[in-house]
Amino acid sequence: MNATVLWYSSRAVGVVSLVLFTAVVVLGIATAGRASSTAFPRAAVLRLHRALSIAATAFIAVHIATAILDSYVNISYWDIVVPFGSSFDPFWIGLGAVAIDLLIAIGITSAFRRRLSLRAWRAVHLSAYAMWPIALIHGFGVSGGDGQQRWMIALDIVCIAAVLGALAFRLRPDRHPDTIARRWDDATDRPRVSVGASS
Amino acid sequence: MNARSDNGVVLTVDPIACRAHGLCAEELPEGISLDEWGYPILPSRPLSRKLLRRAKSAAAACPVLALRVSRSRG
Amino acid sequence: MNASSLSTASTAGQNLSAHPDSTSGPIGVARLLPPARITLWPEHQRYYGPVLPTSAPSLADLVRASGLRGRGGAGFPTATKIDAVASGGGRPRGAVVVANCCEGDPTARKDRVLITRAPHLVIDGALVAASAVGADRVVFAVHQGSRSGSTLRAALAERGAAATAVSVVEVPHRFVASEASALVRFLNTGDARPLGRLAPVWESGVDGRPTLVDNAETLAQLALIARFGERWFRSVGSPEEPGTALVTVGGAVPRPGVVEIGTGTTIRTILAAAGASPTGWALIGGLAGRWVDLAVIATTRFTTADLAAAGAVRGVGSIIVLPTNGCLLTETARVLHHLADSGARQCGPCIFGLPAIAADMSALAAGDRMALTRLRRRLPTIDRRGACAHPDGAVAVAASALTVLGGPESSHLRQHLSHHGCRAAAPVVPLGVVNPTRAVSR
Repeated sequence: MNATVLWYSSRAVGVVSLVLFTAVVVLGIATAGRASSTAFPRAAVLRLHRALSIAATAFIAVHIATAILDSYVNISYWDIVVPFGSSFDPFWIGLGAVAIDLLIAIGITSAFRRRLSLRAWRAVHLSAYAMWPIALIHGFGVSGGDGQQRWMIALDIVCIAAVLGALAFRLRPDRHPDTIARRWDDATDRPRVSVGASS
Repeated sequence: MNARSDNGVVLTVDPIACRAHGLCAEELPEGISLDEWGYPILPSRPLSRKLLRRAKSAAAACPVLALRVSRSRG
Repeated sequence: MNASSLSTASTAGQNLSAHPDSTSGPIGVARLLPPARITLWPEHQRYYGPVLPTSAPSLADLVRASGLRGRGGAGFPTATKIDAVASGGGRPRGAVVVANCCEGDPTARKDRVLITRAPHLVIDGALVAASAVGADRVVFAVHQGSRSGSTLRAALAERGAAATAVSVVEVPHRFVASEASALVRFLNTGDARPLGRLAPVWESGVDGRPTLVDNAETLAQLALIARFGERWFRSVGSPEEPGTALVTVGGAVPRPGVVEIGTGTTIRTILAAAGASPTGWALIGGLAGRWVDLAVIATTRFTTADLAAAGAVRGVGSIIVLPTNGCLLTETARVLHHLADSGARQCGPCIFGLPAIAADMSALAAGDRMALTRLRRRLPTIDRRGACAHPDGAVAVAASALTVLGGPESSHLRQHLSHHGCRAAAPVVPLGVVNPTRAVSR
């Protein structure tokens, strides 16, 4: 295969992966934040989140494979998961490897979700909040600034805005009746809130 | 009593873990309905085994893993 | 508080005992409760006689043959529990015995009367249970600040060191805090909320060890069985549920208090001991019990099966009689609000369902016709949807109120619907300590 084709493919597929993962993160935040609409029920949001995460992982696999196979730069299989050891662009490729490590952990724990405690699964899943920015920064700086072209930066800003928007939604105060009712006042050993009309 | 013994689908929920997300009822409306406060009401008898896949989706959809699916000779 | 015995009521007076070295056991139904307080150990040993050492398998067989059932509300066969704990988990870690002396239901006073009058009997029972299941630790659970706690501590101090580690532990004063799985959880983590119906405390309870949780009265009965044997135990009471039982009679009766009866005694006889006649409404079994029309149930025998067949429930063995101008609706609404406030706040259908039916019952008492429809719709949806039996009890007492009201007394309900209330006396059903630091709603 023509080395240049592989090289360009890798970068293009990388951009697509970023967009897909941005969508995955936004949908994940929406699920956790109890976002729902009549057009898009919550179960549909969750299904899309899971489906896109699988698609995005497939794209990442192609992104990595093309980057390794092409002879233009020297990246070994080892560098996929062990960060900062690559002879080409060690720092920026290393960031990608860190993101991949987190992705693998998230993927495996999600696949075996039923066998883990909820707390363990959630702790690993929350590392997506680290994985996504690291991947974005990797795309920005890798390969001598290819990611710093105007359109690429514009795309980055759109992705960041999407995630920040989702976070703003997520961080609004939780007024769901179940959450409020369960709050317990340890000082008085009583519930914090009285439910319903008390006599 | 069925002449054929059918593997029915049995749904159970952990009421302490349940947070009224309601995704289970969206995935399996034939088996799960929500009470007026948003908590799932499960069928008292096993469901048809044709619903097993959907029941598993419902259990997988629960964000807090409160719903469990098991099979019984129904 | 009076404690008296119905000594003439039933018994054939057969006091044969299969226990090898014992003298004949007490005759009649004056078994658990001595005529006056016995707090000193030597006096206790003189009155009841010694507990002779018996091997664990024999003890389990003895309890099984005696047919003893739990006196804490569930009526579960005690021997089955002992077997489960004795074989649960693996050795070498010993089992744990938890003596439930909390008496969380405020309508019952039997456990505190028993502990006041005969603390050493309860302690004997717990130690007997410990040897039956191979336990090396015994915990007496009492509510914070209760007198039972200090009485038990004094009695234990008198006995000195024992082979088993014995302690008295204070539990938060909440209705569900003395539920069996809640007690175990409290001892493990300090969190006094129920774990759930399927928590197998007989396999993995306190410290992950097989745990036997038994009511104080059950243990006291066990202490007597260990002394006098199963034939003596069965010589009084009904064959399907033998022995004596402590019943609390309260409310609008001339002589409220705790009586010891032979199981199978009729409700009429029990009420007579309190100076009352079987008329009007009464709440049987506790706050999570059932309303009854005493005239209808007067000849019913006080056993688990007979009470259930009559639409009542044995529960914690209490009978609270309403005055002639008492109002079942207002009392039930009050009970439901209390149960709604007393939940552990762990399960949605209970958190929201109980206040809803409490409000409905109040609305019905105020004359809201639609409240009856709402209740009929809601009660079945709340039943059995919590992790513990707390919401089930509230549903059951509410449903029984509607059943009893809808019967011959339906004129009372009609009065509420047309006059938005009734001229009722002040409520008599005790609700126990209401926590002064009430939460503020937002």
